[in-house]
Amino acid sequence: MNQMLPLFIAVPLLGAALSLVFIKSRTIQRAISLVCSTAVAAMAVSLLVYVDRNGTEVSSLGGWRPDIAINLVADRFAAIMLTISTTMLLAVLVYAMGQRGDDERSRFYHPAYLTLIGGVCGAFLAGDLFNLFVWFEVLLIASYVLLTLEGNDRQIRTGTTYVVLNVIESFVLVMGVALIFAATGTLNMALLPERLAALPDGVQLGLNLLLLIAFGLKAAVFPLYSWLPDSYPSAPSPVSAVFAGLLTKIGVYAIVRTQTLLFPESNRTLLLVIAGLTMFVGVLGAIAQSDMKRILSFHIVSQIGYMIMGVALGGVAAITATIFYMIHHIPVKTSLFLVEGIVARDSGSSNLSKVSGLARRSGPLAALFLIPAFSLAGLPPFSGFLGKTAVVTEGIAQQSWWIVAVALVVSLMTLISMLKIWTGAFWGAPDPELGGEGSGILRDQRLMSGVTTGVIGLTLAIALFAGPLYRLCERAAADATDPLSYLSAVLP
Amino acid sequence: MSVEQALLIGVLAAAGTYLVLHRTLTRIILGLGLLGNAINLLILASGDEPGEPPIIGREGEFTDPVPQALVLTAIVIGFAVISFLLAMAYRAWTIDGNDDVEDDIADRRLAERNGDTDVEQAEAEQEGAS
Repeated sequence: MNQMLPLFIAVPLLGAALSLVFIKSRTIQRAISLVCSTAVAAMAVSLLVYVDRNGTEVSSLGGWRPDIAINLVADRFAAIMLTISTTMLLAVLVYAMGQRGDDERSRFYHPAYLTLIGGVCGAFLAGDLFNLFVWFEVLLIASYVLLTLEGNDRQIRTGTTYVVLNVIESFVLVMGVALIFAATGTLNMALLPERLAALPDGVQLGLNLLLLIAFGLKAAVFPLYSWLPDSYPSAPSPVSAVFAGLLTKIGVYAIVRTQTLLFPESNRTLLLVIAGLTMFVGVLGAIAQSDMKRILSFHIVSQIGYMIMGVALGGVAAITATIFYMIHHIPVKTSLFLVEGIVARDSGSSNLSKVSGLARRSGPLAALFLIPAFSLAGLPPFSGFLGKTAVVTEGIAQQSWWIVAVALVVSLMTLISMLKIWTGAFWGAPDPELGGEGSGILRDQRLMSGVTTGVIGLTLAIALFAGPLYRLCERAAADATDPLSYLSAVLP
Repeated sequence: MSVEQALLIGVLAAAGTYLVLHRTLTRIILGLGLLGNAINLLILASGDEPGEPPIIGREGEFTDPVPQALVLTAIVIGFAVISFLLAMAYRAWTIDGNDDVEDDIADRRLAERNGDTDVEQAEAEQEGAS
């Protein structure tokens, strides 16, 4: 099984190269993308099943000794994230083809998208800090291309902020990596916990902060989030769906990894305050906006707060809650952007002052919006309710009352801003120019609505099978919080 | 790390930061280039004193090969990112004749509330572009 790990990176990158060779034929490009992303998603599922049964898989590239080699490590946490991410990437790819837009507007859509898949897989599997940085760069560069695909005025303007901020984030990250190497003489995540623990507290704190700033910017936590609501809405809907669902969560993944594995003893009070502020400021931003895409973008920020809250509380139970929250959040957020894409394609805009009466025109579309919206706000019986319950229960167990209060209030405010989209876009009289009552938006866009329904079905399945899934998350959290099991898996 | 190295890294980082704080994209790119080089030197410095080349089977003092491998990768990545940014700056220049990083629309609305600038025109432009 461990020979399979490099394939997660090789298959999409090879596909990207082939896609560039066949740049003249869109049919071949689409076939390559479909084959590669289906293969990666299928491999991820089988990896998850295998790793859950047999424990962490390690592959040392080039056959070097595992202490000096470039290692790819798949523990349960990484395998879970790989599975949910590659599934979403596949779903959004099919959606983008159904939209007949993005991949027709630019021939570079498919190569960039496949590179993004390779980067995402690499980031989850990286077994040392420098490779984590490299795969972050691979997926970031792919995301720069996807974000500015059309090269129009607006994309260049928002793209500039995004690219410059992310380049600076990379600098901070690589600075942290260099200093960690200078202090410990290794970057291998199996060896680092022991060597970092031997350093003086002040040095540990400094290194920890550098990594937190870098990954925090990627995850869009409180003081470092301003690039997100500005840049994501300017991308085409399928692209922003993938960014919204995945990219920030890779930052959260890296934060969980570094906090649980490298700095398990650090004081997390600051992180808890940041989590509270991220939730609160994010949802305030969402309430103030009047464009569907911008509201949803601010929600990403707000939701990141819940995941960081789990990390900040610490301990196996809290990390379990964070992992479960991430599993629930990725498909829910993606599906909301997919619904927005259908609305924008049908009405030519997703501004709440221009769209109205969607519920009367298409009942099913309204249902497609309501399910993930309620789930995001945390209403039972949807997956968001379970995710939030898990995080909040852990907050109560650790007696951090104020963060529990913030989490509950923010949940209510999320619902308010979702109602704003509902009253603005779905309620009211339909625009006669776009077709009257019951004009069936979904019928015209079969593939897009099919994919969206599928993703929402997945979120319902998460709620339905929450029991076994939560136990899987528990096992993953036990893996992630135990540096010794990581060490013994990598260096047997 | 020697004093010269530390000084060089400091000066490069300071100049880079100064340039990044400008509004023109070309200056920001130059600044990012300088900052990137400062950090590449920092990686190199993390490998301790220079020594003999690290060749398998050779005895005695040799230098740590890892930071050199890291810095090569970092340089290549920096090169790619700077090229992409230059392409973006060129694109911005072909679109509207300058490469200033503009305010975002929320900033403009705030400015309007304070009673200056022609926000409606800017919003109309943005609607046209999107």
